[in-house]
Amino acid sequence: MTRDSEHRLPRRTPLTWVRSGGLSTLLFLLPLLFVFGAFSWYPIVRTVVMSVQHTNLVQPATWVGLKNFKAVVHDPLFPIAVKNTAYFAGLALLFGYPIPLIGAVLMSEVRKRRGIYSALAYLPVVIPPVVAVLLWKTFYDASSTGVFNTILGWVHISPQPWLQSQGTAMPSLVLESTWANAGGTVIIYLAALTSVNTELYEAAAVDGAGILRKIWHITLPQLRGVLLVTMILQIIGTAQVFLEPYLFTSGGPANSTLTVLLLIYNYAFGNSLGGDYGKATALSLMLAVFLALFSWIYLRATRSWSTE
Amino acid sequence: MKSTRRTTCVAVAVGCLLIACATAAGATASAKSVTISVASLIPGSSAAAVQQFNQQVAQFEKANPGINVQPVEYQWTAPTFAAKLAAGTLPTVFEVPFTDARTLGENGQLADITSYVKKLPYYSKYNPAVLAEGTTSKGKIVALPKGAYAQALHYNRKLFVQAGLNPNKPPSTWGQVITDAKIIAQKTGKAGYAEMGKSDNTAGWILTTVVYSLGGRMETGSGTSAKATLTNPLTVQALNMLKKMRWTDNSMGSNFDMGWSDINQQFAAGNIGMYISGSDVYTNLVQASNIDPSIYGLAPIPLSKNKNAGVLGGGTLAAVKPSANAAQKAAAVKWMDFFYEQPLVSKPQAVRNAQTLVANKQPVGVPALPIFNLKQYNLANTWIKPYINVPLGQMKPFTTGVFKQKLIPEPGSSTQSVYAALDPVVQAVLTDKNADVESLLEQANSVAQSAISSGA
Repeated sequence: MTRDSEHRLPRRTPLTWVRSGGLSTLLFLLPLLFVFGAFSWYPIVRTVVMSVQHTNLVQPATWVGLKNFKAVVHDPLFPIAVKNTAYFAGLALLFGYPIPLIGAVLMSEVRKRRGIYSALAYLPVVIPPVVAVLLWKTFYDASSTGVFNTILGWVHISPQPWLQSQGTAMPSLVLESTWANAGGTVIIYLAALTSVNTELYEAAAVDGAGILRKIWHITLPQLRGVLLVTMILQIIGTAQVFLEPYLFTSGGPANSTLTVLLLIYNYAFGNSLGGDYGKATALSLMLAVFLALFSWIYLRATRSWSTE
Repeated sequence: MKSTRRTTCVAVAVGCLLIACATAAGATASAKSVTISVASLIPGSSAAAVQQFNQQVAQFEKANPGINVQPVEYQWTAPTFAAKLAAGTLPTVFEVPFTDARTLGENGQLADITSYVKKLPYYSKYNPAVLAEGTTSKGKIVALPKGAYAQALHYNRKLFVQAGLNPNKPPSTWGQVITDAKIIAQKTGKAGYAEMGKSDNTAGWILTTVVYSLGGRMETGSGTSAKATLTNPLTVQALNMLKKMRWTDNSMGSNFDMGWSDINQQFAAGNIGMYISGSDVYTNLVQASNIDPSIYGLAPIPLSKNKNAGVLGGGTLAAVKPSANAAQKAAAVKWMDFFYEQPLVSKPQAVRNAQTLVANKQPVGVPALPIFNLKQYNLANTWIKPYINVPLGQMKPFTTGVFKQKLIPEPGSSTQSVYAALDPVVQAVLTDKNADVESLLEQANSVAQSAISSGA
């Protein structure tokens, strides 16, 4: 008899749920649900709804089906924005992606006071992004007395137009963006490097490998997983670049730094008589779907590389 | 345990009761007074400017004990205005340019203040063309004009002297502007002539000003059936003038992305010889950039001999939020009357306003255009004459010259969108030596035309 009563589970009723702490669980969960609901999920739902409406948030909205999507695709600024965003992401991948890795590898070789170097590397990340951009904007003064042009003058390079020329504006943005964001990735790589087995390096040294071959044959393969994740994160992040084009050049000169996010912003807030939130949300949705698809393809393609 | 829980419940109940009483008491008190928020100064204004504004608020509240006024920093820029409009966070009384007021009124985004405005004693003295800027097609008054301006040529007298030019003889033709700019750049190393080039519609606004002064127009017709004429030969001429100054003479300095505030800052800092902006920017030069008054000179925009050449005029209106209730609308119009209009129509108010400004070292007497008739304008200027603290003598070329010029209103349809279409054209000319002006203008024209046709 005693054995049966031990094995029989108590009946679960609402009262038992409350008694076992269910109410306090819910209370703890509520703020999270509220914040995410109000600031994440509800705006996403509203975005999808507004993308098929014609609305300026002041007058009543009307349903227009796919008209907004068609209008965006036919907008002459759309291909320009896509091209510029791809250019920014590409430049950032070419120059901004290897730099934190090189920095981390160099820093891991340092024996003494490594902490100072990581702190210095992280310092630009700590500076608020808007402050950093406005600071760099004064540095980028194109006259010969601008900060960067003065420094270039010391090594006998002529003053550069920086933000004042269509050819140099985007690279200038990438330069500041790399400076501002590399530090965070350096810290990640430094942590990942500690997980590499030092015996591998010793074995390679026995085989006569120099530092470069060690990096190519040991460090990089060992860091494969982290590198693939930071690459997709960077691509997604740079595809959504807004701050640098907005604050540095407002998309100029002559739309050479107009990115997709800035175009969305201009659709929504560029017209002083009221924005076209339909087009803005349509383009946002298109970007989100594109990035989701891209990430899915990327993860599938690299699945075999990242697992051992 | 039990007694603690009981005490807590009682405490909470008493607390709720107290809050309910307080709210009820508060509600009774607020039934006797109305609160409105009003646009005050541009962010970044000096402490003295803010003080002078607060003193004016205090004077108003003293004369109107039932009204509580809350100043809110405010600057009209295209993106922030649209966002605030959508969010409903504009102050009760805010300012809009001539270019937008009518369309906003037609779309129901400005309160109808017709009945309150018609009761104003000086209602009949308004310049009808100026009052029309704030009146919808159905005759509803949605905004009151607070100031009108004509575009002007601002020049740095000190740089003129340094360059060997006569500061009392500013250039009166575009040829002279180009020559003087070259001389200033060569002799002083500063930009001889600068033009706004930011992507916030200011680049298009100034280009339109230059084109008007050559005799061109950006639109013909009105409403959504207007035709965009951005490609007219005088626009090409204006852009070629810029091209010459920028690339051949190298007299425009090195930075071309300045907006309204940036170019004022650079001018006050002594880095620009000449630039075009509204005739009333001296106030901003003092309030935000601490200009040395002795360097400031004001001249009319040079007009070409073309019979259509004229000076672009614009202005600002004060409007009321559509969500304001009747009491708030009445209070808002009273504030607009006190702060914006009284100094122009009533001698005691004009004097008191001038005294407050002078006491806080703010400019009095900056040249503006009349929003009432010319007689009223001249009369108001005599009232404040003893208080004028701006270098009016240095502005003489403008004050004597502007009334001889033909005043032309900004393009009537989708004004801001037309300016926005021109921004990249100006930027391309200033940043690309080989910019193809004609094809850029073709593209800009189609963008502007689609904006006009859709009423955007």
